[in-house]
Amino acid sequence: MRVGTISRAPQQERAIGPSVSWLDRILAAATLISFVAALYLAFVYAPTEAVQGDVQRIFYFHVPIAWLAYLAFFVVFCGSIIYLWKRSEAWDIAARCSAELGVVFTTLVLITGSIWGRPTWGARWAWDARMTSTLILWSVYVVYLMLRAYSTDRQRGARYGAVLGIIGFADVPIVQMSITWWRTLHPAPVVSLEGSGSLPPEMLLALMVSLLAFTLFYVWMLRQRIQVEWLRAEIDAAREANERG
Amino acid sequence: MIQRADSAKPVPQDSDRPDDAGSPATPWAIDIAGLTRRYGATRALCQVDLAVPWDQRLGLFGPNGAGKTTLVRILATLVRPTTGTVVVGGLALPSQAAAVRCHVGYVGHQTFLYDELSVRENLQFYGRLYRIQNRAERITTLIERVGLADRADDRVRTLSRGLQQRAALARAVLHDPTILLLDEPDSGLDIDATSLISDLLVDELGRPRTVILTTHQVDVALRMVERVVVIARGAIVLDAPVNLTSASEVARAIRQSRITS
Amino acid sequence: MTPLVNQVGAILWKDLLSELRTRDLLGGMVLFGVLILLIFNFAFDLRIDNVAAVAPGVLWVAFSFAGMLGLARSFVQEKDRGAMDGLLSAPIDRGAIYLAKFLGNVIFMSVVEAVCLPVFTAFFNFGVVSVDVVAIALLGTCGFAAVGTLFSAMAANSRARDVLLPLLVFPISVPVVIAAVEATSSVFAESPLETRIRWLALLGAFDVLFGVLCFAIFDVVVEE
Repeated sequence: MRVGTISRAPQQERAIGPSVSWLDRILAAATLISFVAALYLAFVYAPTEAVQGDVQRIFYFHVPIAWLAYLAFFVVFCGSIIYLWKRSEAWDIAARCSAELGVVFTTLVLITGSIWGRPTWGARWAWDARMTSTLILWSVYVVYLMLRAYSTDRQRGARYGAVLGIIGFADVPIVQMSITWWRTLHPAPVVSLEGSGSLPPEMLLALMVSLLAFTLFYVWMLRQRIQVEWLRAEIDAAREANERG
Repeated sequence: MIQRADSAKPVPQDSDRPDDAGSPATPWAIDIAGLTRRYGATRALCQVDLAVPWDQRLGLFGPNGAGKTTLVRILATLVRPTTGTVVVGGLALPSQAAAVRCHVGYVGHQTFLYDELSVRENLQFYGRLYRIQNRAERITTLIERVGLADRADDRVRTLSRGLQQRAALARAVLHDPTILLLDEPDSGLDIDATSLISDLLVDELGRPRTVILTTHQVDVALRMVERVVVIARGAIVLDAPVNLTSASEVARAIRQSRITS
Repeated sequence: MTPLVNQVGAILWKDLLSELRTRDLLGGMVLFGVLILLIFNFAFDLRIDNVAAVAPGVLWVAFSFAGMLGLARSFVQEKDRGAMDGLLSAPIDRGAIYLAKFLGNVIFMSVVEAVCLPVFTAFFNFGVVSVDVVAIALLGTCGFAAVGTLFSAMAANSRARDVLLPLLVFPISVPVVIAAVEATSSVFAESPLETRIRWLALLGAFDVLFGVLCFAIFDVVVEE
């Protein structure tokens, strides 16, 4: 068997390797450009915030990453539902890869939140509503990855993952609500991270561009991950077919 | 209700069975086409085709890991096929699996009995699940039939493996199924008990059931079945009537399949 | 509807009968709950002025950890004798298995709570037995058992099942724990009824939402 090609019907042969379709190139370029723009806008263009000073600039990354984390988990939710309905492996791969990215983003939210909190709150962690909810969200999806890792076979892992993907996401609003009520009952003596009032247009621009950058990054990265997983599935199938003779 | 396109034999009595949607009359008790079952990357069954007419007794042989248990579990509605069609008594799996369950009895590698309950209580439990009428009477008759009359009220935990297996057989035929799937039913049983298995191959009214029997005791099984099927590595390698097959042929088919692996 | 009730009744009765005959699970759960209360006594060195503040938390830690023991056993028992296959190959609604296990878990956890509440009162000299607390405990137990039963079916079929089950249950049941603890604490603090109503509503909503969702999705977990 030649290394480097998956042999199926002759017209379907193609090389294993990083996929470099035009869409991926455009996405990669767009991601890079928007990140450069976002960095400029966040660190140079946007005015310094009055109360917190320059440390507030982390807001331009912390907030978009948080939104992307929710988007990633929403994709897990939808992918899980569609997988259970259609039972096609492609949707399970999409859900799993999105969950991985979601965990990465959620970890970054927690880290950036802590970095922001240190000078602002005086502590590396405070049990404010949003950060606590994020911590719970993080643990749900880390457990998602563990559940899949501990499954006895891939199909069962896919099914169980889908179930947790649905239940976990359905729980998100309830967790938010319960933690917010808990916090209003026991208010922590800290300043809200985002501050009050609306954002001046320069800050809004920086925020939006940063959001665009991270969204493009998510889409591009998700595509790459899905392609790798897809290839892995194909290799397994080909190897197995080869053994059968 | 399973309809049989078989004018020679009467339709099985359904007075003690739950209602299910009517199914088209069919000459095949079991009709399998292109059945494949994958576990992750490995294929347990590969493009299996098998058609079993009503009342046929089929012996399923093959080396360990060949796919016999997987095939039987698919028919018992415990495992879904990955691809292919499986039709049991005119009802398609897995979409009509719930309807199929009333008509299938299954003995697997484990007894499905609860240790802390007695034999009688186990049968009463399953009797409730299968919605059997005249439960108490039926259970007593069945307990006597399998030779457990004196141990019926002892907890399953206290019974020997052989007696537990007898109770498992009783459980499988409790609802008088038309189709009986026996996966190594003789494991743990003593020699005398093989006559018990033969005895259970006919139903309460003396009519033969459709039977699929898996076992490693080839000689014994060949006396009980009408058709021999050998499975190896997920595919059927031999399928012949029993009068044209001998134990040595079955053994040869199994050995050959190992060599070609 | 009635066949479902019959099936649930049969399975639940079988579970209760099995448990009554061995008594190892229930005894273990109750003892574990009491031991946790004991450990908290040493951990906090509770004096009368502290007790009202920490009582709800202590109680719910005891309930949820002891409950976890029960959850872990509910499907492992079936798996060990292959009896789960016996249930799955029977002509029953698979949701009946979920409901029967759920009710069994609620009953076992309720027994633990019924013992722990008076024991707490005795250990810490602080009355916690009241209709309100019992009602909150029941609602919280139902929520905990609703997701716990589903997850225990998943964990029973996975590797590292003892580790996986708490990891699955605790993050998802955070709203239950928060609501139950806050509601119980508002009972002890004798706060206005509105606070309690709000938490009870949250508990009720969680119970209904996840009860229905887990019941519906249970088939997917046990199929193969």
